Amino acid sequence: MEILTYPNQQLKQNCEPVEQFDESLRQFVSELEAFMRSQPGGIGIAAPQVGQMQRICIVDLTGMTRGKKKKPVPNQGRLILINPEITEWEGFELGREGCMSVPDYTGNVIRATQIAFSATDEWGERHEYESEGFEARAIQHEVDHLEGLLFLDRLVSRRTDLFQRKQR
Amino acid sequence: MMKEEEVTMGSARKQWYMVSLVGKDQSGIVARVTEVLYQAGGVLGESSMMRLGCNFSIMMMVEIAGGGEQLRQSIAPVTTELGLHLHVDAIEPGLHQHQVPELRVVVHGADRPGIVAQVTGVLAEAGFDIMDLDSQVGGSSLEPIYILLIEGVANSGVETIHQALEPLSASVEFRVEEIDTLIG
Repeated sequence: MEILTYPNQQLKQNCEPVEQFDESLRQFVSELEAFMRSQPGGIGIAAPQVGQMQRICIVDLTGMTRGKKKKPVPNQGRLILINPEITEWEGFELGREGCMSVPDYTGNVIRATQIAFSATDEWGERHEYESEGFEARAIQHEVDHLEGLLFLDRLVSRRTDLFQRKQR
Repeated sequence: MMKEEEVTMGSARKQWYMVSLVGKDQSGIVARVTEVLYQAGGVLGESSMMRLGCNFSIMMMVEIAGGGEQLRQSIAPVTTELGLHLHVDAIEPGLHQHQVPELRVVVHGADRPGIVAQVTGVLAEAGFDIMDLDSQVGGSSLEPIYILLIEGVANSGVETIHQALEPLSASVEFRVEEIDTLIG
């Protein structure tokens, strides 16, 4: 597998829903997950980032920490999200994002702080989820990929300081 | 980092320059200046324009052949007409080497002389490397307030920077926070 990088136009296209939940899907998901874990950061990936134009993404913030104090980031572990649909958005905050498909650039993006969403796992079972904070940001970032959206499409001014997250 | 300007005037070899312009703000400056640079064969790198008070300022990385003097001459007619001061320096481009900021410091308070010097002095001492600094004077002319936004990297964490700034807390409010960057 290889990461496609912008301006590759595949990254700007809508992905097709997955219809067959078979062994070849599970094989692809397994390879995508292994590939994600081999990348620096390695907390999320979407199928179109490797040229597979299907609504599949993976998020896993297990073991992720923030800051010098290495505070753990709340998360619900490995999420295989096939045909994901975000159904509720609440709150918003500014955060900095980058992307494996956009090397050497990071910028400010406003995302919902809490989301509700549903997705099917690699065995074809549909699940309902809720997420907040950094994990919710990661999920919104990856689901955007499935709709041909990059964080570049949501950039706000680097001087925007209106929506700080809570002071810690 | 400054570099010796190319002496081979008129040569086809390209060189990077920092073009700085300062003057009274008016509409259309960026469009006119960048058009003349484009027509002269210049390629823009990174740039930053800011309106400070009623003043226009911009810094632009420009790659162009022909040397700094030729670059200056090609844009001088427009900058003179617009009343802008023009400054050209040969530079190393250093593109594609962005650092990601780790900490943000936000300072505000009643305006008084020395805020920036004191805050940045403390930060420098604490090993904080400033990557982005933006300050504004807000409030009213009778009661001006000063707002300072700083982003950068530091070997030490939030608490260390917070403690370093603490002695200034009698005269300014400040906040130090981590910038978590999601790489998706």
